[in-house]
Amino acid sequence: MVFHLFIPIITPMIGATLAVFFNRQRIAARAIALISVLINLGYGLWLMSVVPASGPLVAQASGWLAPFGISLVADGMSALMVMLAALLMLTTIVYSFYSVDYERERHFYYPLLLLLLLGVSGAFLTGDLFNLYVWFEVLLVASFGLITLGGSRDQLEGGLKYVVLNLLGSTAFLFGCGLMYGFAGTLNMAHIAERMATLSNPGLQTALAGIFLFAFGSKAAIVPLFFWLPSSYHTPPVAVTAIFSGLMTKVGVYALYRVFGLLLQNELAVYGPWLTLLAGLTMVIGVLGAVAQMNVRRILSFHIISQIGYSIMGLGLASAAGLAAGLVFTAHVMIVKMALFFIGGAAEQINGTGDLKKMGGLARREPLLALFWFLGILSLAGIPPLSGFIGKLILLQVGVSQQAYLITAVAAGTSILTFFSMLKIWNEVFWKKSYEDVNLLPRVPLGLLAPGAALVILSVALGLLAGPLVDYNTIAGQQAFDRGAYITAVCGVDGCEAVYRAALK
Amino acid sequence: MIILLAIAIGSLFGGATYLMLRRSVVKLILGLIMLSHGVNLLIFTMGDGVRRGAPPLVDANGQPPAGVADPLVQALILTAIVISFGFTAFVLALAYRSNQAVGSDDLDDLSTTDRL
Repeated sequence: MVFHLFIPIITPMIGATLAVFFNRQRIAARAIALISVLINLGYGLWLMSVVPASGPLVAQASGWLAPFGISLVADGMSALMVMLAALLMLTTIVYSFYSVDYERERHFYYPLLLLLLLGVSGAFLTGDLFNLYVWFEVLLVASFGLITLGGSRDQLEGGLKYVVLNLLGSTAFLFGCGLMYGFAGTLNMAHIAERMATLSNPGLQTALAGIFLFAFGSKAAIVPLFFWLPSSYHTPPVAVTAIFSGLMTKVGVYALYRVFGLLLQNELAVYGPWLTLLAGLTMVIGVLGAVAQMNVRRILSFHIISQIGYSIMGLGLASAAGLAAGLVFTAHVMIVKMALFFIGGAAEQINGTGDLKKMGGLARREPLLALFWFLGILSLAGIPPLSGFIGKLILLQVGVSQQAYLITAVAAGTSILTFFSMLKIWNEVFWKKSYEDVNLLPRVPLGLLAPGAALVILSVALGLLAGPLVDYNTIAGQQAFDRGAYITAVCGVDGCEAVYRAALK
Repeated sequence: MIILLAIAIGSLFGGATYLMLRRSVVKLILGLIMLSHGVNLLIFTMGDGVRRGAPPLVDANGQPPAGVADPLVQALILTAIVISFGFTAFVLALAYRSNQAVGSDDLDDLSTTDRL
């Protein structure tokens, strides 16, 4: 029983409450946000150092026995995601100091960010299906607040689409939860996994998997459920877009990994080819969608979708190695994508517009910004020695070793398209001569440059020191795919069914 | 009873789908509300476990007590109702504000954020 698993949930909860009270004192609210996130980050790092050796850590809420109460479970995948969520939130908060106006800060901007972190950390740690739904709603309601905060026309319009389609996805998730309870008679993930292995109703299991694929697919923005993303993500402030790109779709990916890796592992064999097909379509359609766009953040939004395809490809390969590769890639893309949003957003902020046609000449004016942007797009495209290279290489290796040649070829080809598409921003924003005098533009403050630069440097470091990252994720992938170890960790060696029967006697 | 509930759930889902495919924002939201009611009823139907045949409650002899319904589904539905109530309030407020900003209830007019 390890009750410290509640720390990453309680910290942002307390932080958010305090930040509401200290709302008017700008410094205090900022400090509270920073401290909460730093605690979560430290805890996440510690968890990552412990979990590979110890196996999944489990805490039972209120000390209820496992299949009856709500369990919190931290395995390799959860620990990685908790750490990344805190790290990305940290950079977002620093970036917000220099980019978000006081009106927004005053209207509970930091509490909403902390609530988002609360929902995300809870979703990563929970071991109960219905509890996962509740955490999804927590992070959704925080994201609704963040995306509409400010209330400009575009925000309201984009926000309405975002809200409605995400509510639809949540309702589908709830629908799946209900059916799962009726089918398996339990909502504890370990218990469901155990019963799924013995219950024989393949048709219903396949239908359930389809519902969950729809629900989480719409959160993760896979083709054909991605339309809400590019029509809403460019409307809020850059910091909000960035944290959404880093966390929101990835929670969907995490839930897909969890549901298909643990609960419905039998179905992965059925859905594998379809998932790979969807992954390929997501990669290609996402990157092609970016072609027509002429706005920095809208191009990047379409690339979020394209990169989700790679994460889903790891799942579609239907093996521990595939999940591990997908996790390496997801970790990489969370970092790099946010870096690109930060840097592109900084360029947008000093230009006063994100329209490529009206920008230009920043390579001369802001050489550091241009340098980090270029490193970032190299990493996203997968050029060695950056982290994108490692992420894609491992995915392609697993793809080839499992004879999934078509998806491997598509994944490799999409990299080139990604690079071309990113070069468009490079050419238009940084390289081409501006029509106006760039010397009249304000300089990029250090606070806008630093978060993006730090993430790019992290990406370089992860590329150069790929060994530990890959080793860690190999273990995380195995843990995510190992039903037996998960059940043992949650319910004990005899399994949940034994505990359940014993409690009934 | 199950048949009746199934028909009710089916009608709610059908009506919700119809409403959500209309072009009006208000009907879209009404559709969402109906959909969440349909899902709540569905959870309710899942309650007395066809598979389990008994609620997760036992008396002193380890037997399921007679005349007791499954409390878990009711807790689930209660949670879901509270969440969907909050969200409905939020969406209605958002729709009102966006209606003020856009000046139209037609979803086809909500296309500025998609325009190139």
